[in-house]
Formats: sequence, C-alpha cells, structure tokens
Amino acid sequence: MEYFLQLFFSGLTRGSIYALIALGYTMVYGIIQLINFAHGEIYMIGAFVALIVAGVCTIYGLSGVSILILAGVIAVIYACAYGYTLEKVAYRPLRGAPRLAPLISAIGMSIFLQNYVLLAQTSDFLPFPRLIPDFAFMEPVAHIIGSPELVILVTTVVTMILLTLLIKKTRVGKAMRATQQDMNMARLVGVNVDRIISMTFIIGSGLAAIGGVLVASYIGQVNFYIGFLAGVKAFTAAVLGGIGSIPGAVIGGLVLGWAESFAAGYISSAYEDVFTFGLLVLILTLRPAGILGKARKQKV
Amino acid sequence: MLKIQNIQTFYGNIQALKDVSIEIEEGEIVALIGANGAGKTTTLMSICGISPPRSGDILLDGDSIKGVAADKIVQKGIVQVPEGRRIFPDLTVQENLEMGAFLRKNKRLIQQDLNYVMTLFPILEKRRTQLGGTLSGGEQQMLAISRALMARPRVLLLDEPSLGLAPLIIKQIFEIIRKINKESNTTIFLVEQNANQALKLADRGYVMENGRITLVDSADKLLANDDVRKAYLGI
Repeated sequence: MEYFLQLFFSGLTRGSIYALIALGYTMVYGIIQLINFAHGEIYMIGAFVALIVAGVCTIYGLSGVSILILAGVIAVIYACAYGYTLEKVAYRPLRGAPRLAPLISAIGMSIFLQNYVLLAQTSDFLPFPRLIPDFAFMEPVAHIIGSPELVILVTTVVTMILLTLLIKKTRVGKAMRATQQDMNMARLVGVNVDRIISMTFIIGSGLAAIGGVLVASYIGQVNFYIGFLAGVKAFTAAVLGGIGSIPGAVIGGLVLGWAESFAAGYISSAYEDVFTFGLLVLILTLRPAGILGKARKQKV
Repeated sequence: MLKIQNIQTFYGNIQALKDVSIEIEEGEIVALIGANGAGKTTTLMSICGISPPRSGDILLDGDSIKGVAADKIVQKGIVQVPEGRRIFPDLTVQENLEMGAFLRKNKRLIQQDLNYVMTLFPILEKRRTQLGGTLSGGEQQMLAISRALMARPRVLLLDEPSLGLAPLIIKQIFEIIRKINKESNTTIFLVEQNANQALKLADRGYVMENGRITLVDSADKLLANDDVRKAYLGI
C-alpha cells in the first residue's frame, strides 16, 4: 500500500507538470489550430533563465525558497517575452497561409531555439541547485511524498485555479473563448483577435516556464535538449485529453503521469515510454478525438 | 452616412465585387437583394473589414474606413448580424450578449441594454444561462440581433435574418427590425434573398447580380418593377 501511494504521488507530480505544459499546446491549438512545436523549447529556456538567476542569487547569499520564487518569476517573464516574440516572428506572418506552413515554421523555431541555447550556453548537462528544502512538517510522510513533490503539486494546482478563473471570469478570458469558437465573429463584436492570440502565447509560455523551473529544481540538472522530451510528453498528454480542451489537457497529463509511474514501478522502468505511447495508441483508437475532445461537426 | 464607392473585392484571384457603389442615409432602411452568390455577403464583409476591398473606398460620415481593422470598425458603430447567426455555441446566452458589448465600458448602461433586449425578446430571459449552441434557429437569430444591439450600433448590417426560419418567426423578426429602426433611429442595411419581405420593410433597395449593382430604386418601385418581380418575387 505504501509503495502504491508512493507511485501514486510521483505519478501525480509528473502528471501535473505534463498538464501544465500541455495547457500551452492545447490553448494555442484551440485558437489557431497550430501545434506549437517550439513550446518545449520555451519550457527549456524557462529552466535556463532560472538557473542563471539562481546562480546570481547564490552569489548574493540568498537561499532556498526565496531564490526559487525570484528565479521562477524572472523565468516566467522571460518565457512570456519569448512566447510573444515567437508568435509575432514565426506565426503571425503566416496567418492565412496553408496549415502546413506555420507547422514547418514551428519545427524550425524549435530547432533554432535549441541550437541558440546550445551555442550561447553549453551542450553539457548543468547541475541545477536544489532550491526546494525538506520541510520539517513533511517528515512523517516523507517516505510517500517528498517536499519537492508537495511544492510542485501546490504550485500547479494554484496555477491551474488561477488560469481557470482567468478564462471563466475575466473579459480577456471570455474573448479568448469567443475567439476559439468563431474567430471572425469575435472580430465582428470588436475583439482584437491578434491581441488575444498574443495573450494565449504569453499565458502558455508562462505556464511552460513554471513547469521548467519546478522540474529542473526537482531533477537537479538542465540541458539544451530537455525541452524536446518534455514537449513530446506534454503534447501526448494534450492529444490524449483531447487537443483544444483545457480540462482535457489536465486529465491527459494526469493519466499520462500515472501510467508512467505505475508502469515503471510495477513492471519495469525500461518500458516506461512503451506504456505511455501504448496508452496513447489505445485511447486514440477508441476515442480519436481524445478523452474530452469533441469531434468537430462540419455544418454546411 | 455610409458611402460605398466603386469597391472591388477579391477572394484570391476571383473577383467577388465589381465596382459596387451603395449609399445609405442616416435613419434609412436599405435592402440589398440578389440571388445566391451574387456578392451580398461579401459586400457586408467588405464594409466590416473582414474582406477588405482591393480598390474603391468606404466612407463613414465622410471618413474612409477602408483598411481599418474589423474591431475598430465595430467601435465606429458599424455592427453586423452575420449570415447563419454565428452564435458562440459554448458561451451562455448571457455571455453572448456580453460579448456584443465587448468594447463598451459603462457597466450600468450595458445592464440597461441587457434589460432592453430581454424585453424585445423575452425568450432570451428564459434562456439566459443556456449555452448558445442549444437554442433553436429562431432563438439564435433573436440572440444574434440582440448581441449586435448590445454594441449600440449606429448602422446595423443584417445578413439574411430570415434564412431557415418559420414564416411566423420571420414576421416577428422583421417587426423587431422596424421597431429598432423607429425607436432608436438606427440605420439599417439589410441583405436578403427573401426580396418580397425585405422590400416591404425597406425605404430603398439595391439589386445585385454577379458582383455588380444592376438596379437602384425606392423599395415601392422595385416591388412594382417587372424584371424584379420576375427574377426575385416569382410572380
């Protein structure tokens, strides 16, 4: 039972990170039907910015949680700027072009950003400081769920609640939903659609950066390539849950996290990815639109 | 008030509007009639900035609005009820109406207008918390018109408001359009295939064929015109 709970919480932790990144994919897809392949790179850049900030802060003698918060905030700001620029440079000029064009542009941006970090930083794995301390109050349950996992869970849950409030309650959120449902009609009621698309990229990038910082301080190392696998997994989560659906991304992320964790724990960690992608194939065979995805009705 | 001067609009290489000129005075109801594919919807989309014309000009109170972004045109008071109603299906009726007032800031006046459209179409009050996509065709048309009214338009563009609706509902909708025109002096530009209904409501009419305006006259004269009767009224 203890082992089960351990796997349950580690799966939940992983899954919540996948969900956080998957939200960026799904929100962008929902509005402009583009798979933003450079999204994983934003996650990676978030982690790198946090590493640099953490390094500087350590020199100035700050410690632990205060560094984590500061590094996190600056990483989010940077990532938002990257996301905004990415859309403006690589996707906006291709609005109205055939769908394949922005997709190729996205792959190009992904390769570009990876190599940019490779050249500007290094190809080696860099150690990332352990910014999350072991809390004393977590002592009794530490064999089931550790302090870093708790911090990751709390942060992702709070972030998702804030995102939900933004989308459900605010004026911008309503405009985002309207744009997603009918872009030209949104224009006809006075929504500046370009601005809404920028907003979507900014929010998605911020979420990815939060994920990047949390994972980097949990695993303890970063590299220019970490965005690729995280991106593929999160994309899988988004498709699993039904791409375009926000609750779908969260459910997809959690299902993926648990599948990986239990497969690794009860069967073999060597087959972890086999189960992940096997699950994807299975669900897409049974429900091609994903768990919560709606099959698009074409009305003539 | 709204002057369309010799506009040419293209979809790729295909020319949809050829030298179209239309003038609409303040407080008027003007109808644009014509067959399927004549270019009526394109005319409205050109005015609204969704399919901007390649040449020619569109003037609102003498100022050009050609090439102005669609959301800025809404701000200037030109609001469209598009063909097929295009309700936001996953927003509630209330949210759809609030989207109509997207550019307005004064909460009190927005609330006042919400109450006004609900007295205009009491069914919307009952459907307030329902998703837009679950309404019937007639209810969606009422919601679409109400959503446009929420922007307090100076010029209301209506694209085929009678499309696919039962005769009784059509009658009700046309009565409301007349009421909107009379009560708040809103200028109305109405695009219709249902020429008979449209011309009975309108002050003046334009006839469009293959992307060109072929006839302009007062609505009464168009209703009596032999060519119009043959081509569009089935008499």
